[in-house]
Amino acid sequence: MKINVTVNGTAHEVEVEARTLLVHMIREILNLTGTHIGCDTSSCGACTILLNGKSVKSCTVLAVQANGKSITTIEGLATAEGLHPLQEGFKENHGLHCGFCTPGMILRASELLANNPNPTEEQIRWGISGNLCRCTGYNNIVKSIQYAAAKMRGDALPSTEPVFV
Amino acid sequence: MIQCKTSKAIGGMGHSLKRKEDVRFIQGAGHYVDDIKLDGMLYMDIVRSPYAYAKIKNIDISEAMKVPGVAAVVTGKDLEKYNLHWMPTLMSDTQMVLPTDTVMYQAQEVAAVIATSRYAARDGREAVKVEYEPMKPIMDPYKSMDPSSPVLRTDKPGKSDNHIWHWEVGDKAKTDEVFKKAEVVVEQHMHIPRIHVASIETCGCVADYDKINNHLTMYMTTQAPHAIRTVIALVAGHVGLTEEKIRVVSPDIGGGFGGKVPVYPGYVIAIAVSFLTGKPVKWIEDRSENLQADSFARDYHITVEMAGTKAGKIQATRFKVLADHGYTDASANPSKFHTGLFSIGTGSYDYDTAFMEADAVYTNKPPGGVAYRCSFRVTEAVQAIERITDLFALKVGKDPAQLRMENFIKKEDFPWKSPTGWTYDSGDYHAGLKKAMEAIGYDSLRKEQAEKRAKGELMGIGISTFTEIVGAGPSKDFDILGIKMFDSAEIRVHPTGKAIARFGTKSQGQGHETTYAQIIAEELGIPAENIHVEEGDTDTAPYGLGTYASRSTPTAGAAAAVAARKLRDKARKIAAYLLEVSEEDLEWEPGKFSVKGAPEKAKTIQEIVFAAYTNHPQGMEAGFEATHYYDPPNLTFPSGAYICVVDIDKETGQIKVRRFVAIDDCGHIINPMIVQGQVHGGLTQGIAPAMYEELIYDEDGNILNGTFMDYLVPTAVESPHWETGHVVTPSPHHPIGAKGVGESPTVGAPPAIANAIMDALSPYGIHHIDIPITPFKVWKALKEKGVI
Amino acid sequence: MIAQPFQYEAPATLQDAIGLLQKYGDEAKILAGGHSLIPMMKLRFATPGYLIDINNIPGLSSIQEENGFIRIGALVREAEVEHSALLTGHYPIFADSTRLIADPQVRNMGTIGGNLAHGDAANDHPAVMLALRARVVATGPKGSRTIAIDDFFQGFYTTALEPEEILTEIQIPIPPGHTGSAYYKLERKVGDYAIAGVAVVLTLDGNLVKSIGIGLTNVNPVPMRASRSEEFLLGKPLTDENLAQAGKLAAEDCSPSTDLRGSEEYKRDMVAVVLRRMVKLAAERAK
Repeated sequence: MKINVTVNGTAHEVEVEARTLLVHMIREILNLTGTHIGCDTSSCGACTILLNGKSVKSCTVLAVQANGKSITTIEGLATAEGLHPLQEGFKENHGLHCGFCTPGMILRASELLANNPNPTEEQIRWGISGNLCRCTGYNNIVKSIQYAAAKMRGDALPSTEPVFV
Repeated sequence: MIQCKTSKAIGGMGHSLKRKEDVRFIQGAGHYVDDIKLDGMLYMDIVRSPYAYAKIKNIDISEAMKVPGVAAVVTGKDLEKYNLHWMPTLMSDTQMVLPTDTVMYQAQEVAAVIATSRYAARDGREAVKVEYEPMKPIMDPYKSMDPSSPVLRTDKPGKSDNHIWHWEVGDKAKTDEVFKKAEVVVEQHMHIPRIHVASIETCGCVADYDKINNHLTMYMTTQAPHAIRTVIALVAGHVGLTEEKIRVVSPDIGGGFGGKVPVYPGYVIAIAVSFLTGKPVKWIEDRSENLQADSFARDYHITVEMAGTKAGKIQATRFKVLADHGYTDASANPSKFHTGLFSIGTGSYDYDTAFMEADAVYTNKPPGGVAYRCSFRVTEAVQAIERITDLFALKVGKDPAQLRMENFIKKEDFPWKSPTGWTYDSGDYHAGLKKAMEAIGYDSLRKEQAEKRAKGELMGIGISTFTEIVGAGPSKDFDILGIKMFDSAEIRVHPTGKAIARFGTKSQGQGHETTYAQIIAEELGIPAENIHVEEGDTDTAPYGLGTYASRSTPTAGAAAAVAARKLRDKARKIAAYLLEVSEEDLEWEPGKFSVKGAPEKAKTIQEIVFAAYTNHPQGMEAGFEATHYYDPPNLTFPSGAYICVVDIDKETGQIKVRRFVAIDDCGHIINPMIVQGQVHGGLTQGIAPAMYEELIYDEDGNILNGTFMDYLVPTAVESPHWETGHVVTPSPHHPIGAKGVGESPTVGAPPAIANAIMDALSPYGIHHIDIPITPFKVWKALKEKGVI
Repeated sequence: MIAQPFQYEAPATLQDAIGLLQKYGDEAKILAGGHSLIPMMKLRFATPGYLIDINNIPGLSSIQEENGFIRIGALVREAEVEHSALLTGHYPIFADSTRLIADPQVRNMGTIGGNLAHGDAANDHPAVMLALRARVVATGPKGSRTIAIDDFFQGFYTTALEPEEILTEIQIPIPPGHTGSAYYKLERKVGDYAIAGVAVVLTLDGNLVKSIGIGLTNVNPVPMRASRSEEFLLGKPLTDENLAQAGKLAAEDCSPSTDLRGSEEYKRDMVAVVLRRMVKLAAERAK
């Protein structure tokens, strides 16, 4: 089947099987390998992308379901002006270790911040509860998202130095 | 505050340098094994056994071969022709690559389908028809040890039972004597359950054999690429794949935690198929395969005892272990250490008598075990000692913090010889626990607890003061398949003063690209940002044993420092030549040599390096490169003091970790931000087995939680807001005084959490629940005591 | 994990969708959010020959108030339910329950219609709808019919929907004054299916229970109303003794099975505990 999708602002006509998973279309047909696969049961969130601006798990969406829609992957976040505030936030606050969950985490956080520009720690934790990270223990992911939120609101940036007891 | 010897611009040790590797990861430009796409690449999917123990009567591949795109189906019989159907494990046991007649656990590889696409391979897998004759599996290790149990490993000539090995350490007679005379003895049996590392990236590979040049490039998720190259050469040398014809590349790895140390059958099959077809073959596990077939961790059944005085002085400990290894001992331990470094289990306490013994047994479970972010069975040992210490405190009526303070090894007593033969390098356990108690407000928490108890509310405070043992290891004792467990660094500084450094280790998220650069920056004064770190390609990196067991900083990190010091010695010679003074007249500050008493007469490291290529002293070798293979003189002994506060809902058993303070001593800190990040992550991997994770099998051998829907990896909601800090006692024998940190929190957190929960329940006479401690188990214990 | 091949249809009208159902019979499956179905297909536990994607059908995605009812289109996403001021304003139980369903990404795709039509007693909305005494609209070749929620869940993964019918709407009565609602489920970790879940909607008359609906999650093969608990509480004040008795009745009436989430006894006990707590919370909200 032929479908039309706009990925990171570029229109594509893509030939897929009905059963082709959206994540496979993105990774293997469009060669955008920043979107990862970590489970098969929509449990881990490594495959999270934005579909018409909503974060979804692309391992549990068929490519044909994206027909006529727009997709944003991690490769589409940075602009000519530079990194997305979330990308910067994760880098400045050690919000990643192995990097495998990071693209999904960042895309999920981008919708979270679009809906709630000033989330509490609790809201962030619940907001990323569909994304598993095995490395960081989440503290610095929360901090990264708080940093990005401040930046996107135009507030003063919080310190990125580690705090010790 | 951590003191830095270098400026922020140089970015040596102690600076919280932002990670260099993150630039690619945050933009989706990390390069993991499944991102590799080669021309003509074939895809492999694996048919797996639905039974835990069965004879294979027949494998019918005819329908599978009709599936469009399917190129081949490989069975054990096919591999048998090349003598590749069995392979050795790291523990000198044997493991099937593909079975010829019997499957030994559910999800075991039975056949491999090779096709032109991932989807066709999956369809082909569905179409392979296997006829089994199921047999009754042995799932209980104690039953397996029973002499009347059927022998599982009938492939081993003369094997008459399911026993694998017996191990012991310590002084049995003396220990028995102390126990006999002791005023107080406490004993607890516990199971440290089978768990899975569950890195978010599963395992996989692309085997790319070039027939014309007889050369194999193996891209794979491995924590130890050089060791794997040697293993492949040992397994496949007889078909012409000798070691110089093999290149192992470990690209970016999406988390390892020990699960990417072993050689899995899938890798070997992919190599075999690529070898036979001359085409690249990709194999990527899905999550179920990863959880159900890859090496497990833990699964130790432990009886631990502590003897002491009524006044609360610890006098001796005794440990008895039954280790369930599944159908083969595929542990990833140093060769001489069947139980890994379990013998660290005597703990942080000053006593001189202990005895430990362990037996290992076969069952119809997947083979293993590996670490789960822990140094070779240290977590099991620490769980045992820290739980029994609490039970001892309870028995003698002492606060667990007080009892620990009274029994700790004193800082002036290091190096300290343990009852099982280790020499602890350094530590200040009193300072660590004191700091943790102050940070969490221990005394006021105990007051609050007393008030809550009076109202019947459940609140618990748990402590764990552990000693780790990492950095394997000294060559006199430590090897894997005979290869000594040194590690290596090679530094090449280019004429313009920028460097590339390569290592025998392999980061899976630990941040080596940043921290190794910082070590070299510290030693040479070249800015860390100008030092490019590379790992994971056996064609370019010096030989090393890889990254696991918190060994990278203790071994390769040390190698980096020593190699850099070799270069600094050379730099001194060149500087003396350039400044026309003797070497003794020079003094070093990070980044330059200057003449003593005349600081304006100086040469920067960059000028010196340039001279090494353009104006070096006659008779001196040109260039500015050094390599070092570091053989550690001892292991390092990081330690920690962790305190956890929990609140328990009495009616439902729900447990809320209210606060958790972790004070770690990992010696000198290279990058505080990264150390803290490692501690955070390790703590979440500590709460995981303490409260959530366990691989569960029924008596027919079926795994009951083989997906992420039921194997409960904690999210940001379960994971509390961690509070961390440190005390620093440098390792006296390590070139930069560092000890390693990645695994301490995984080791230290579970007993702190378990102790907190048991502290909450202790007024009701509930003193032990095996981890993972779930709401159901808490409810059940309260119910049994008639509390609810 | 990859599904078996199938034919994909994306009809633009309800009529076309029903026509396809008639044509393909039980070889066809409806695709709404897909977050129950696609995982089953990837595991090859479900192998439909035809997938009928109803997401392009207009008119199934709104939440409106009309004639004393809130009408929720079957394709309304869980995330929209969670953030609907109309729904959560009248019934906080929607905020309570929706945030506990899976995770935010799944809620962006998963639909309220799918959550019910799956007939899964582990899903959260069946209990909520039982408590709310909702009505379900099914549309088939002969037009639409309204099914009382008590008639909707008929057995293990079985509903009153005919093979050629599509669940198109859910209708919920606008509550009278002094109505409160609440939902909670015990879970092993966030987003998990319930160990036990209880949905309560009640209206108070002073201190007395004027009307009450109680639904239970994942403690029975079929989504279940705690009828005896409801009857017991009717007309009574919410004393600790009455709450305890209501909890006890529901614990007796449900039929949970022992599994990884806990023993049958534990689940029964949790039904009693959560029921007490949710009735209390709903009553607080009613005041």
